Amino acid sequence: MAFITANWNPLGEAFYRSTELYEMCWNLRDGLRDCLVAAAPYGGPIALLREPVRRSPSSRPQLEIYSASGVAIASFPWKSGPVVQLGWTVSDELLCIQEDGSVLIYDLFGSFKRHFSMGQEVMQSQVLEAKVFHSPYGTGVAIVTASSRFTLATNIDDLKLRRLPEVPGNTWSAGEPTCWVVLTQDRQTKVLMSNGPELYILDTTSCTAVVPPGLGPQAGSIVHMSVSFSYKYLALFTDTGHMWTGSSHLCRRPKSQQPSVVLMWDRLLMVAGVSHDTIQFPLEDPCVLIGELDGVRIISSANQELLQEVPLVCQEIFKIASMAPGALLLEAHREYQKSSQKADEYLREIKEQSMLGEAVRQCVEAAGHEYDSNTQKSLLRAASFGKCFLTDFSPEAFVSTCRELRVLNAVRERGVGLPLTHTQLVYRQFYPLAIEVCRYLKIPDYQGVSRVLKHWASCKVQQKDLSDEAIARAVCVKVGDSPGVSYSHIAAKAYECGRPELAIKLLDFEARSGEQVPLLLKMKRSQLALSKAVESGDTDLVYTVVTYLKSEMNRGDFFMTLRNQPVALSLYRQFCKLQEQETLKDLYNQDDDHQELANYYVTASYREKRLESRLSLLQTAVDEYNKAKNEFSAKATEEEMRLLRFQRKLDDEKGAGLLGLSLQATMEALLALGLHKQAEQLYRDFRVPDKRFWWLKLKSLAEKEEWEELEKFSKSKKSPIGYLAFVEVCMKSNNKPEAKKYVSKVTPEQRVKAHLAVGDLEGAADAAIERKSDSELAAVLARCPASDRQLLDRLNRAAAAAAKK
Amino acid sequence: MAHSARTDCPELPDFFLLKRLARDQLIYLLEQLPGKKDLFIEADLMSPLDRIANVSTLKQHEVDKLYKVEYKPIVSTSDQLCFLIRPRIQTVKWICDVANADKATGRFRRYKIIFTPQKFYACDAVLEEQGIIGDVTTDEWSFYLLPLDDDIISLELPEFFRDNFLAGDQRWVRTAGSALHLLHSLYGPFSKVYGIGRCSKMAYESWREQVEEGEQKARQAEIGKVFLIDRDVDFVTPLCSQVVYEGLVDDIFKIKCACVEFGPDVTSSDKSIKVMLNSQDRVFNEIRNEHFSNVFGFLSQKARNLQTSYDKRRGMDIKQMKTFVSEELKGLKQEHRLLSLHIGACESIMKKKTKQDFQELLKTEHSLLEGFEIRESISFIEEHINRQVSMIESLRLLCLLSITENGLLPKDYRSLKAQYLQSYGVDHLLTFANLRQLGLLVEQQPGETLTVMESKVGKLVNDRTGGETGFLFNLLLITIFVSLRIRAGVPKSDEEYDLRVPRDMAYIFSGAYVPLSCKLIEQVLERDGWTGLEEVTRLLNGHEFAVTGYGADSKAKNDAQRIILVMFLGGCTFSEISALRFLGRERGCKFIVVTTAITNSSRLIEALLDNLV
Repeated sequence: MAFITANWNPLGEAFYRSTELYEMCWNLRDGLRDCLVAAAPYGGPIALLREPVRRSPSSRPQLEIYSASGVAIASFPWKSGPVVQLGWTVSDELLCIQEDGSVLIYDLFGSFKRHFSMGQEVMQSQVLEAKVFHSPYGTGVAIVTASSRFTLATNIDDLKLRRLPEVPGNTWSAGEPTCWVVLTQDRQTKVLMSNGPELYILDTTSCTAVVPPGLGPQAGSIVHMSVSFSYKYLALFTDTGHMWTGSSHLCRRPKSQQPSVVLMWDRLLMVAGVSHDTIQFPLEDPCVLIGELDGVRIISSANQELLQEVPLVCQEIFKIASMAPGALLLEAHREYQKSSQKADEYLREIKEQSMLGEAVRQCVEAAGHEYDSNTQKSLLRAASFGKCFLTDFSPEAFVSTCRELRVLNAVRERGVGLPLTHTQLVYRQFYPLAIEVCRYLKIPDYQGVSRVLKHWASCKVQQKDLSDEAIARAVCVKVGDSPGVSYSHIAAKAYECGRPELAIKLLDFEARSGEQVPLLLKMKRSQLALSKAVESGDTDLVYTVVTYLKSEMNRGDFFMTLRNQPVALSLYRQFCKLQEQETLKDLYNQDDDHQELANYYVTASYREKRLESRLSLLQTAVDEYNKAKNEFSAKATEEEMRLLRFQRKLDDEKGAGLLGLSLQATMEALLALGLHKQAEQLYRDFRVPDKRFWWLKLKSLAEKEEWEELEKFSKSKKSPIGYLAFVEVCMKSNNKPEAKKYVSKVTPEQRVKAHLAVGDLEGAADAAIERKSDSELAAVLARCPASDRQLLDRLNRAAAAAAKK
Repeated sequence: MAHSARTDCPELPDFFLLKRLARDQLIYLLEQLPGKKDLFIEADLMSPLDRIANVSTLKQHEVDKLYKVEYKPIVSTSDQLCFLIRPRIQTVKWICDVANADKATGRFRRYKIIFTPQKFYACDAVLEEQGIIGDVTTDEWSFYLLPLDDDIISLELPEFFRDNFLAGDQRWVRTAGSALHLLHSLYGPFSKVYGIGRCSKMAYESWREQVEEGEQKARQAEIGKVFLIDRDVDFVTPLCSQVVYEGLVDDIFKIKCACVEFGPDVTSSDKSIKVMLNSQDRVFNEIRNEHFSNVFGFLSQKARNLQTSYDKRRGMDIKQMKTFVSEELKGLKQEHRLLSLHIGACESIMKKKTKQDFQELLKTEHSLLEGFEIRESISFIEEHINRQVSMIESLRLLCLLSITENGLLPKDYRSLKAQYLQSYGVDHLLTFANLRQLGLLVEQQPGETLTVMESKVGKLVNDRTGGETGFLFNLLLITIFVSLRIRAGVPKSDEEYDLRVPRDMAYIFSGAYVPLSCKLIEQVLERDGWTGLEEVTRLLNGHEFAVTGYGADSKAKNDAQRIILVMFLGGCTFSEISALRFLGRERGCKFIVVTTAITNSSRLIEALLDNLV
């Protein structure tokens, strides 16, 4: 198998190899000359625009899209303006950047999707050069105009144009860049540009001149620059033929890493590394270079090659005279197949160093890196052979490598044309194959099959020849309730394609009503959105919709909408109560909810310091209560107004400090101040129940210990609260003699209690015996001390007599 | 408690895990703001936080000073401020004021708001409106559940009740769903879920949604069944005075996060003592579920036993004494301390409760529950209002009267309200509007007097003859809010009801009334669903459901099936917990109570006041 190393070329300590991927299926008459070419990374498709610069207004260049193997996917004449640059997005959409700064987006199959513009200013000064770049944020576009201003958009799906600052005064060339690249580092997108020998970094706010270490002015002007796939490394090429490589932060790269640069001239391809060696390949045809993660694809009109550094593990196995365990294992297996005893010798050698596990690992890993299926097979067979001699070797790596290679080989077939991951497969609409791949690779459903289905459904809704009904049904049947497929997502696609009815139909399949809301809002189906939000039970969502409606609708419609959704209404009311009191009033007004309006005015009146405003608010409340036919509340509020006026008057006259007290408290305060006349006036005016007033006066007099007044009061008329109250209140003030005065006036039913209250057991006993009441006798008994035998006996006899009856 | 308790009650799952999860997350969140910082804590989060992470834990994670949120300008000198708050607009507004004040004086600080248990969109809206959304970072501390005891878990969200039932604001429903989800993922899968009430149903649905979104792990269930119940299904129970020890302590001393502060009158010294009230307290554990009339006797017996233990010392030789001191003495001393505290508490309660007023209050309550001497009760309430005994108590009695009589006669309704307004101010018009909205205090509609209702129910009962009716009759009677022993011809049995050996859950109300909430739970569990209870649920406004668990193992461990989680949405009382514990002992199962907050009559009424806007 020595021939494996035949295409290896040493460069310093590393080897480079170029492997033919395809003989291109396409048939290009004029080769790649005079063409704008763009190939998507990760073995993506190739777009070709012939003769972009129109020779005459009538001639229309042809735009062609091919798979990586050169199978034609689409082809159509270009009818729009002159194109400066083609590029692919991460999701394999084709970007055509025109001279006037507008960017047209096509899908993989050549159908137009949408367009956007790089700004007004660009339109005037024309795009000089454009670049499409990829970053963790998606696909971006950067352009430089004829007036040497850069504009960039980091993510075309979330378009935010940023104009970079001007390059400071450069007299001789008006700052026109010689060459430039886009860098993505430290979560920032920057432009690195050269202007003769000078180098600048432009970010959103500033323009900084930089000097790469070790590149003196004698090196000349920088005429080319290139940045690596990972944005980590940078190469600069000057007009004196010097080349500088280093990290893209413009400092010397660490020694251990060895990036190399591929340079291309008309007829020559050169690989240059750290050492002074180079590898040179002659070229017969004009070529295009596509940077990949682990190499460079070289596309010519006839074939396509992958130029890459030979992975370390492959080097170890295949390097001539290698004694690495993997190499020995491969040799052992080869001898074994020849039924030679040498197999055993090799095996022993590995085992003596106890490197068999390592050997198997190397073979498996190397197989993954090889492109030729025969090499893959022999490596895997060797690994499998070696594995037999190991007892506890985990087969996982082996199994998954086999599976992955099986898939990779399948998609590398010319007909498919080499997408590498299953997502890329899906984008090319090979749905059944993609689903099979997912199942084969045992990717969990929600990551694999579901994603394929989602993509399929998103395409399905774009089929213009099918009715809404048919599509909805087809989608539902196929997608069912696969985990991870969101109907709202599919519906959003349908809406994007201008099929709102279909979108609504699809949304109905969405089980989580919360998911439906954002799209419904976007579609301006606000009523529906609100009811779905309410249905979801997620109040935050309801609130989001409410805020949205509030800003979108006029007030009247907004309130009407809320009115039909009590849940949303109460939520909004709660918010208004704390934030927008006035809105609350409007809400009630709208609903003619007089009761709530009145309550609102009552509440408001308590926040009012000035009496006049308070009274006027209360008057409004009275009116509203009347409208609500709530006479009780209306009357109560009127009385409150009367009371307030009364309190104000007394405060002014006597400085009584009554304002705001309740009726009861007012009377209490008046009595305490000795203003009996005024208290009685309130008592009459407000028809205070007799009982209340008596209690009040009783307590007040007792507290002030005006016993004579109290006695007078007790005799003023028959007490509506009885006389037990007098006894108890006096006792509370610890005035037994006064209390006793009222015992005799207490009704017979309460007399026992009254006697007990003043601590007169004899009296209580007499009363109880007289009334022959069980419970009262018991009550007295309970209080009777055991020492008083005589009384106990009397009570017991009476109790017995009462029981007999 | 001297009763025929079954001895085969299963063991409760260990809820310590909940605390640990909460603490770990909090620490993680605090570390998201590296460096020294001052922490502002919402007042009502202080106690719950204390159960999760004490001050030294906070200090370990670079919390410098601790402040209570007081809605005033702050004095902190730290450059980093962290706020630990409930998602309330008022608090967020205050934080905005703080930040804007700093801006005005040109002071630069970093602010971080940790919302617990979750953030609401409205909070962000306020931050945006006040223009400081860019200046603060926000986080959520998903501290949903605080285990208060072996069998009580609280969400500590007292505002749930008012927001949900009065304001119709459903934002907490999802919180309840998430809490249930947390329990389900740690202690589930639940094999059966029952529920009644609109909010319960929504919480259930929210939970199901979350289960479906997340991945499911098969695990051994530790909790078998779940019962969800809305507070508005049963308002009678929380409105009654509590007479079981734990409830009584709550009514009088106010238990906060399973902790009570006994004042000088209890400790018989000049300072207050904070005591944890949970099953760790051996003395308390034995009396918490007892009717108050038994507690004193029990405590004195206990005191005598303790004395005997102490007395053992006499006649010991030195070696025995040594073991006694090292092994028993500490326990005895601890018990001694607790015993004297509870005796002190009892005395204090006795002093208050044996007063004439309280006895009459209880009598009135029982009359209302049993539905007799209504006129006397009304005059009692009237006098109560006139004499301004208590703003809250009067309202409570009014509500109890309204519910048990199916509304007040228009004449009474007006005059009692007018009297109340005269006593406590017209602003209570708003309170009355609230009470009416909740159906707690309403005017009787013509044709819906209790007698009419009763005849309807009577007819219903007569329609169903056979074995079931006895029970159904009973339940229906409770359902129309009254345990009408008298009217149903059952002799009034106060004297016969031996509170030391309770027959049923009614013991928690001195035998006068079986709490409706607990009775429902008992019946539904017994019937494994709502079959046969259709008429009852209709009277309770429905929304009942019973669902057999998804993916739950039907052959699940038997023990787990006898662990039942009861979730009260809108709060539950200690009396209800006691009743469920009793039920558990009777049926050989265990109840775990999850509640949005521990409530009682005064908290319930206070939540509905509207006089202080």
